[in-house]
Amino acid sequence: MANALISAPKTAKRGEAIEIKALIQHPMETGFRPGTNGQIIPRNIIEHFSASWNGEEIFRMTFSPAIAANPFVSFFTVARDSGTVVLRWTGDQDFRVEESVAIVVT
Amino acid sequence: MRRWHLALMLAPVFAASLALAQGGIDKRRSGYDDMSPALRQMEDDETSNPALLFVQAGAALWTQPAGRADKSCADCHGAVDTGMKGVAARYPAIPNGAVKPVDLDGRIELCRTTQQQGAPLAPESADLLALSAYVTYASRGLPISPPADPRLKPFRTEGEVMFKRREGQLNLSCANCHDDNAGKKLGGSLIPQGHPTAYPVYRLEWQTLGSLKRRLRNCIIGVRAEAYPYDAPQYVALELYLMERAKGMKLEGASIRP
Repeated sequence: MANALISAPKTAKRGEAIEIKALIQHPMETGFRPGTNGQIIPRNIIEHFSASWNGEEIFRMTFSPAIAANPFVSFFTVARDSGTVVLRWTGDQDFRVEESVAIVVT
Repeated sequence: MRRWHLALMLAPVFAASLALAQGGIDKRRSGYDDMSPALRQMEDDETSNPALLFVQAGAALWTQPAGRADKSCADCHGAVDTGMKGVAARYPAIPNGAVKPVDLDGRIELCRTTQQQGAPLAPESADLLALSAYVTYASRGLPISPPADPRLKPFRTEGEVMFKRREGQLNLSCANCHDDNAGKKLGGSLIPQGHPTAYPVYRLEWQTLGSLKRRLRNCIIGVRAEAYPYDAPQYVALELYLMERAKGMKLEGASIRP
């Protein structure tokens, strides 16, 4: 289930702005649609996404039901120290995925 | 000096009109050619193309043993980029010992039930789509090359007849839109030429990956006809004709379309 594609540079120069892109598989069910039996399909969305670099939060966003399935997030950050960027998605029905990438800063 | 310049400037124009006169220009267009630049970028960037999520899932399934035989796809076929390169470009085909053609999904099901001795995967199920996306991805960029097997001919002809036969309450054939009116608009959307280059495709409208069969069912329901069941041989026949029609075009498998 935890199927995600992360793209980040392996190395970066100190002070350089780098782009981190993250795509994750998720149905993003709005909670407004009736299913084939006429009953409303319960909401199942990702609620929060955050990224931290060596434990320090660098990016955070809140998702809404209007965001399409398999959401793609891209953001920029400034490279300071070598380390690990941890990306975290949490949402309905105990959805919890964590992915990390290592970046070497020179 | 002036005249020289003019001649140089006109040279490409002459070259283009000469090529046109010879009729050598391929007027076939893949859906990719008609997508907006933003969508093309989304497809080309392998981290923003959601179809790649399914390819990744397929890669995991490829090496996972299944069925009573407890064999994985990789046990017989090896790595997908060597063992399966070009396979997706030539299906539908007639498997060894069979008499009727199957499409790629059908071939995967066959392996599932005979080699792995497992339960067949449900049509349009996430696992089947992931495997077919993974296998198709190995042939990405290769030209579509339908096999020259003469036994395929009657099926292909059947597909061609279906393509040109009017049906449904709207009394339209596939050819009415995709041959006669391709490039024009239907409602707000462009009518594509209907080449099956991108399948299995991540349609933004579906918000998931879908097979060519799903797309065909969409069109059949669109002309208000009754769609065949998922295992109907008619889809394979139609697919055979479509692949012949798109022969030589680049396979873009596991791509996105609006």
